[in-house]
Amino acid sequence: MVEKSMPEAEQRVREILATVKDPEIPVLTVEDMGIIRDIELDGQKVKVKITPTYSGCPAMDEIAADIRKALLAEGYEPEVVSLLSPPWSSLWISAEGRRKMEVYGIAAPLEEVADKRALMGEKRVVKCTHCGSMNTRLVSQFGSTACKALFQCNDCLEPFDYFKCI
Amino acid sequence: MNKSLYDYLILLGDSPLILGHRLSELCGHGPNLETDIALSNIALDLFGQVRNWFQYAAEIHGEGKTEDDIAFLRYEHEYRNVILTEQPNKDFAWVIARQFYFDAWHYSLLTQLCESRDERISAIAAKSIKEVTYHRRFSSEWVKRLGDGTEESRARMENAIAHFAMYKGELFEETNVEKEMFASGTGADFKVLKAQFESFTNEVLNEAGLEIPQIDWTQRGGKHGVHSEHLGYILADLQYMQRAYPGMQW
Repeated sequence: MVEKSMPEAEQRVREILATVKDPEIPVLTVEDMGIIRDIELDGQKVKVKITPTYSGCPAMDEIAADIRKALLAEGYEPEVVSLLSPPWSSLWISAEGRRKMEVYGIAAPLEEVADKRALMGEKRVVKCTHCGSMNTRLVSQFGSTACKALFQCNDCLEPFDYFKCI
Repeated sequence: MNKSLYDYLILLGDSPLILGHRLSELCGHGPNLETDIALSNIALDLFGQVRNWFQYAAEIHGEGKTEDDIAFLRYEHEYRNVILTEQPNKDFAWVIARQFYFDAWHYSLLTQLCESRDERISAIAAKSIKEVTYHRRFSSEWVKRLGDGTEESRARMENAIAHFAMYKGELFEETNVEKEMFASGTGADFKVLKAQFESFTNEVLNEAGLEIPQIDWTQRGGKHGVHSEHLGYILADLQYMQRAYPGMQW
């Protein structure tokens, strides 16, 4: 979340970070994903604190390298640190991130209670990203990446991903 | 170096490491695409968690030790995983039964470790439990589906649940290090662990219509470095690259 009172220098770093994409969902930036937890600036030295979405997410090393590369290209001396606490939550995905995710074809995470129902197959609450139907079913709790479950639409029959709530 | 803490972290990391390796063997060999992907994802989560435990262990150890040294350059008797985790994949029911017992135990252990006085341990546990919640849901649903399924699936599930029952006692045998860690507020209370495990597994097995195995003895040794013959083969596979090309990096 970019706040108005943010100092210009930090604003500049945020703008650079907004160009770094999640390699698994390339329409989302690391800011959209909510994995940037803090930025410390000291002249050209910048320390970026990030947090992994899933412990074993193979994209994290790549994301850290991309952040370093982007900041180096702008003349900064970057250091990327990984934080475990507090653990990442899908609630940290920005509104803009959720919108882009849906357009890309991944259903955005529901809040926790609805998510549990969806993944237990109790309620039809996940909307098909192709036709908008709510008549969908869970195919598998685990999908193409650690963060997603696989759904199928009962109306248009197309499969689609759902970003799990954690 | 704080040797007790180091040993404790090895105990925490070795079981998910070895089980993760077993699950990774199924990548591309699962019974169907969805379960194949699910088991590979669970393996990936476990490896991520193991990295967190071993990174911490490496820092406690000092002297330039890394997470990779710990994972790849120890000998068999230095691994502290429970024997359950090294048991080979036979059929899908076996994979699920092994996972079911492990997840039930892992979930309760991590729940307690979220309250650990050691902040790094509680942070890793809080991160891991979000993932393990999905693992436990996956394995217990399959126990129910197979138990409550066809005659064939039920027979296989019951057989596997009964077979792996002889490994579960070790999950609740406290080593000296674990006693020390519990006493200092860092580790878990094994009485609570066992009670939660029993209550969860009994509930799922009842729902699945499966018999709850009655067994008053256990296979043991892994937590003291005495393993079944299977671990050696796993390590041969796991460590091949580092042993053949020492210090090799990607």
